[in-house]
Parts: sequence; structure tokens; C-alpha cells
Amino acid sequence: MTQTHAATGTSMEGLDARLVVDRGGFRLDVALTVAPGEVVALLGPNGAGKTTALRALAGLTQLSCGHLRLDGAELDRTPPEARPVGVVFQDYLLFPHLTALDNVAFGPRCQGATKAEARAQAAEWLDRLGLAAHTGAKPRRLSGGQAQRVALARALATRPRLLLLDEPLAALDARTRLEVRARLRRHLADFEAVAVLVTHDPLDAMVLADRLVVVEHGRVVQEGTPGDIARHPRTDYIAQLVGLNLYRGEADGHTVRLADGPHLTTTEILSGPVFVAFPPGAVTLHRERPTGSSARNLWRCEVAGLETHGDQIRADLTGELPLAADLTTVAAAELDLHPGAEVWATVKATQTHAYPV
Amino acid sequence: MTFPTDKPRAAADTLRGGPRRRRVRTGVPLPLLVPALIGLAFLTVPLIALLVRTPWRSLPTQLTSPDVWQALQLSLICATLATGVSLVIGVPLAWLLARVDFPGRGLVRALVTLPLVLPPVVGGVALLMALGRNGIVGQWLDAWFGITLPFTTAGVVIAEAFVAMPFLVISVEGTLRAADPRYEEAAATLGASRFTAFRRVTLPLIAPGIAAGAVLAWARALGEFGATITFAGNFPGRTQTMPLAVYLALQSDPEAAIALSLVLLAVSIAVLAGLRDRWMSAG
Amino acid sequence: MTRTARRPRRPLQVAAGGAAALLALSACSSGSDSSAKPDSPGSGKPSGEVTVFAAASLKESFTTLGEQFEKEHPGTKVTFSFGGSDSLAASITGGAPADVFASASPKTMKIVTDAGDASGTPATFVRNELEIATLPGNPGKIASLEDLTEAGRKVVLCDKEVPCGAAAQKALDASKLKLTPVSYEQDVKAALTKVELKEADAAVVYKTDVRAAGDKVEGVEFPESADAVNDYPIALLKGARNTETAKAFIALVRSAEGQKVLTGAGFLKP
Repeated sequence: MTQTHAATGTSMEGLDARLVVDRGGFRLDVALTVAPGEVVALLGPNGAGKTTALRALAGLTQLSCGHLRLDGAELDRTPPEARPVGVVFQDYLLFPHLTALDNVAFGPRCQGATKAEARAQAAEWLDRLGLAAHTGAKPRRLSGGQAQRVALARALATRPRLLLLDEPLAALDARTRLEVRARLRRHLADFEAVAVLVTHDPLDAMVLADRLVVVEHGRVVQEGTPGDIARHPRTDYIAQLVGLNLYRGEADGHTVRLADGPHLTTTEILSGPVFVAFPPGAVTLHRERPTGSSARNLWRCEVAGLETHGDQIRADLTGELPLAADLTTVAAAELDLHPGAEVWATVKATQTHAYPV
Repeated sequence: MTFPTDKPRAAADTLRGGPRRRRVRTGVPLPLLVPALIGLAFLTVPLIALLVRTPWRSLPTQLTSPDVWQALQLSLICATLATGVSLVIGVPLAWLLARVDFPGRGLVRALVTLPLVLPPVVGGVALLMALGRNGIVGQWLDAWFGITLPFTTAGVVIAEAFVAMPFLVISVEGTLRAADPRYEEAAATLGASRFTAFRRVTLPLIAPGIAAGAVLAWARALGEFGATITFAGNFPGRTQTMPLAVYLALQSDPEAAIALSLVLLAVSIAVLAGLRDRWMSAG
Repeated sequence: MTRTARRPRRPLQVAAGGAAALLALSACSSGSDSSAKPDSPGSGKPSGEVTVFAAASLKESFTTLGEQFEKEHPGTKVTFSFGGSDSLAASITGGAPADVFASASPKTMKIVTDAGDASGTPATFVRNELEIATLPGNPGKIASLEDLTEAGRKVVLCDKEVPCGAAAQKALDASKLKLTPVSYEQDVKAALTKVELKEADAAVVYKTDVRAAGDKVEGVEFPESADAVNDYPIALLKGARNTETAKAFIALVRSAEGQKVLTGAGFLKP
């Protein structure tokens, strides 16, 4: 992702903000520049200030100082109801007394549409998000995934120039997440304005966002594409959290053939273009080719580098498959790992995760 | 799949009410049961006594007197109007107390609840001093608009609202505090002004609390005696509500007083039971 | 029946209005203020505590007499319960512990005697006459009972169920006047309070109440009041636990000394 973010010309499209919020001992100071069509994820541990940043963007929390420009317009003094901003809240906050249709029609109504117009628009949005069958349902009758889409439709129906998503997948169970994540990714890809999402889940961030902004203790500690950050984590937190092996390939049943040769065995049965991901902790290293091993995912690699993060060592491996592996310092010593050393890496199929692109 | 960060979350479950907590213990400990039964008896025995001592034979003649119906009608109308007044000004007041952080809020809340502890007769005197013909506000009402409130049906409504409104305000404020203020924020991000958010989101959300508060206020207004007789006086058909009629009947004709009380009791039980099914079961 | 006994006390105390409410509160307890020193417990005949239920209109004069009694008979203590005569009668028949009942009307006393709760025949100890209470200076120029019937005047009467209301009705009937008040108040003090607070232009109350209100109201006498003079009977009660002292108190009320206090308060001799 090599877009030019900081526009220097007069026509400033997109978001340009420096969010400073002082709140009794905690200070958030985050600079954020996002181009239209780009999806940026604010990633960080709980309490890092991500949600505060999101609230500041929405106008729900006042900026102590800094600035906030959207498509060239100053917004820092604008109340939330006057900002062209749509928000998908963590637990969606669908109005429980209104049907899905009326929830989505709420925004257009507030913007001055007649009841009939607003409902027509709402029906269109719900249809676009595959919810035409649920327009009359009250939120408590919707599944988590459906509720999430209604919330997205509700936010999009105001035609925002800035879409904010607060932990968009956190309220979903593991099974639903998979499906919703993929779907949300497509919707975000279609969205032409600025999208900022907040998450503490690196997988969500990597799948959904074009660019990650990692926030810790109220400050930006690292910024870049998911690949950059996964390969070169700059803090222990990022290393442990973001260190994810992520590949793209073509699936055929349990097998995923990666672009440059090797293939992976997964538990999911898929076909077509997919992502495969597994955490570095799922990788086991051996000095000799394991003989009785049942692991189908076996690659011959070479240690390119070793980094210590706390009591963990992350090995950066090249070879058949470039990957990151985490192991304890004890295990590293027993294996006598050093840059240039030849190792065999295995990953159990059950520890991989494949999902459609 | 066990991603180190992909912790299983039960958030979706929580949203839908979560797994039911098991609570199947049925034994009631004696230290709770005995006082509870005493409490129940304490509240019900006087009512039973009233029923036992009711002059059933003379009841039909007592109840068919037009005075009784006049008083009952006036009571119902005034209690309902007082509840209406309390809703119109009490709900916004509750919202202010629950949602707006202003200096001296604690003091204001204390002031609002003061009529709860004030003997109603004192409330009536206070109302006279404020809204009476010679009161600090009332004298201007009289001079400018020719309005005098004491001894009028409007005076009854005011006296009842004064005593009953705190019940509504406290109840609605409690509901508002329990309600998630983020719904109002969500409405704001959708372009709703604070008033629109209140009207279209908050109000429907706290409707059960408002209904409960209104029922409380209505019941309190229906039984209101002290403030009413002090502020609005006692004139049949205009300001004599049931409690006043009961009190004065008690002076000379306790049987009539019991009969009147029974009517009041029956009407309030009927109304409260009816409302409970419709409004309060959701609670 | 404690409820009926207590109920009227609150309205009475407070109906005296604003500042008067404080006075009323202190007056209530003054009966026991002059401490009963048990100097010579065995020597005097009257001793111990005596409880007197008395009509609200007797509050000022009886409080004075109570103090006087305690001074004359050290070791005694007079406790008063002032209220509407009807409520007091109802609580006596309901079993309230009282030694003496001083009522504002024979009708209410009859409730007690009919129930067999009185010991001996009640005796009339004073009479009370009605008077019109108007605002200070009599701005409405009210001179007669008939003036009260003029349209636009706000007049309060006592409810017909209480003695002062019954008496007022009697006087109006005797002179064939039809008066529509703005309110029928629950007792005489409440009616007077409405005038004191200037909410009503006039009230028909007892002369004693007008006197007790001082300069907050102005009294206007009217000849028709002669038709509705109220007799105040006093009686020893059967349930009395302190008969000797109770008798002594009744004797004081009926003595020349007692009558002086009562007439001073505006009552007529029987």
C-alpha cells in the first residue's frame, strides 16, 4: 500500500487529524491521515486509547487540542450530529424499540428525508447488505452477524465521509466472525470514503485494513501495511500480537497452493483464492528432518535472524516458506539456533486458519 | 484454530441474555420468612379489618349518593391531570438530573425530593405562600391574569402534582441512569439533535420506567389529602376529592367513611392491576 | 383507632399557618413545661398525670389553665390533646386513654355519653359565639352576615360536620341567608388560617379564635350569632385512671378563676 497520505495541495481529500485528548492522567496524542477509499485500523491493547480516538473523531469526546479536517473542512468544533461521520459501535447499539428498517431509516430521517424516503433508502441499504428478509425484525430477533450488518447499514445510510468501526467483530462468536469478517471486508472495499476501524485483534486488523496504526499508551508506536508490521514488529506488544504468518493462495479442498510453490494443508475445505494464517507460536522447529511426524506442513528453512522479546525468541526464517516462529529461550538453546542454521519447520493443520479473500 | 489473540468471546451470548444462571434453591430461611409474614400481615390486616367492619347492608345507599360519585369523579380527573402535569414537567426534570452535569446537581435533586418528606399539609401551606392570592408568585398571577388558584379544581391538581411529582421524577431518573446513554450518542452520530435523540430514542427506551413512575404518582395523587385540603380547600364538586370526603365523613358518620374508603380502594386496585398487566410486567 | 385520634392534630398544628405553626408546636408541649416537682407526694390530694382531650378552640385558655393547675398542685402533670371535637370523641369511644373530655358541642359530647364512656353528666362550662373574621382593617367593609353573601367575596366556612360549621349554618338558616363559600374547611383553625393568609376575605369562626389570632384578623360581630351560641360541655371519663386529679382539673375550669381565663379568651359564661 503505497498511497500518498499527506496531501500537500489545496484540495485536501480524506482525513487529516491530530487527536489530543487529556483525561485525568491519560493523554491520547495520535496523528492520523487517511485517504478516501483507504481503510485504516487502529490496533492496540485495551486501554491504549483507541476508542477514545474513535470517539474524538465522531465528536463524542472533545479534543483537548490538535485538529480534525475531513475533506478540507474543519470539524473539531462541530457537534457529532453535524459531522458527516457514521459509526458502527462495538455492541452496535441498535435501537431496541425500532425495527431493522427503522433503525437504518433513523439517519436519513434526521437528515431531513420524509418518512417514506427514509424507509425507501433504508430498504435499499438492507437489501444491499443481504438483509432484505429481516427489515421488519426488532434487533433482539437478529443474529449477531445480522445485527452487525444492520449497524453497518445504519451508519452507511447517512452517506458518511468518514466511517468509524469500533471493534466491529468483537461481539461475534468465533464461527460467525469468519463469515462476517469476509463480508465486512468486501463492504469496506466498496466504500469510497475514509474508513477507520478500531480493534485489538490483529487478524481483524490485517484482514480488514489496508494500513495499521498501532497505538500503545495513547501514542502511535508503529504504522504501516499489515505485512510490514508483522515482519518487523517494533515493540514486544506488536511482536506478540501482530506476529502472524499470513499467506495468500489458491485453495482446493484441504490444500492451499501458495503463489511461489509450496502448499499448505488446512482443516477448512475451500476453493478459490484464500488467505491462510497461523501464529508464530504454532510453528515447531527441528534440527533434523522429523521422521515419524504426522505434520503434513513441513518445510525446510534457514534462520535469517533471531530477536528476543521477553522470554520468547522470534526466529525469522527464509527458505521454502518465509515464516516467523516463536520459541522459548530454552528451546532455542537446545536447538542451538543461530543465523544461518538449517531447520525444519512444522505446523499442524489444526493450527492454521484459512478464509476466502 | 487457536490464535493467541483470538480468545473465545461470549459477547454475543451476553447480548442475547446469556446463559441462565441456575437458581433453583427453594428453601426460605426462617429469619427472613417470619419478618416477611409479619410485614405482610401488618399491611393486610388493616385492610381486612376495613372489609370486616364494612356496613354491607347500608353500602348500596351510601354508594348511590351523588356526592360520592361527584367526589370519586373529581378524584379520578384530578389525579389523572396531576399525573399529566407531572409527566410534562417531571420527565424533562428527571432527564436534566440524570444526563446533564451541572454545579449543584445534588442540591437540586435534594430539593426535588423534598416534597417526599414534607408533611403534605406543610406542602399545602407552602403552596399557598407561593401560589395563593397573596403568595409570592400568586399575587402576580392575580394582578396580571386575574388567576387565583386556591379553592379551584386547578388548585387541587397543583396540590396533587406537587406531592406526587417527586415519585415520578425519582423513578424516571433511576430508569434514565440505568439506561445506556450511548444510545443517545449513537443517535447523535446519525444526525439527531439532543432533543430528537431524547424524543425518538431515550423516551421509548425508558417508557416502562415512565409508566411505573406515572402509576406511582397517580396513586399518590389519588390518595392525597393534606396538601389538597390546605391549598384548595374543600367544596363538593369543585375541590372535595375522595380523601377529603372520607375525612369529613369520619367526623360524623364513620360508616359512610368506610364505604367511601372501600370505593377508593376498589378503584385504585382495579386501575393499578389493569396497568400492571399492560405496563409493568416487562420491568 | 389511634389513626383517627392523631389525624386531626397535624392539620391543626400546621393550619395555623407559617409562623403560627411554630407557636402552635411550642404551645402544644407547654402543658408539661412547668416541671411537676414531686415536693410532697403524699400530702395533696391531686397528684400524678391527667390527660385532657379538648376542643381545638380551647387550646390557648386550657394551656394557661394547665400551667396554673400544675403550679397549684405540685406533683401533677396535665397532658392535652387538642383536636376537632368529633375526632376526639371518636378516639375516646375507640378506647384512647383520656381522663377528661372538653367538647365544643353537646352533639359531640353525646357521642361519648351514648357510648357510655362518660362518668356522670357533662356540664356546660363555657359558651362560644360566632364572629366574622376579616382581613385586618376590614377592607371589604363587612358589617353583617348578609354582607358575606355578596357575589365575588371569598368566604370560608367550617364544614357542616364540625361544630363551628354547624353553628354557622344554624345562624344562616335562622336569618334565611344563602351563602356559598369557596371552601368548607375541616376545622375552625383551618378556616381562620385562610383569612390570616389572605386567601379568603372572611370566615365565620368563633370569637375566641378571632381573639387568639391577635391582629392578623379583625373580628366583626353580628347579631345572628345569638341564634347559634355553642355550648361547651366538659365531662369526666369512665376510663379515667386518675379520677381525683381529673375532678380537680374540671373544678378549676368551672371555678371563678378558670372562668376568668376563659372569658379573657373570648368565651361567654354558661
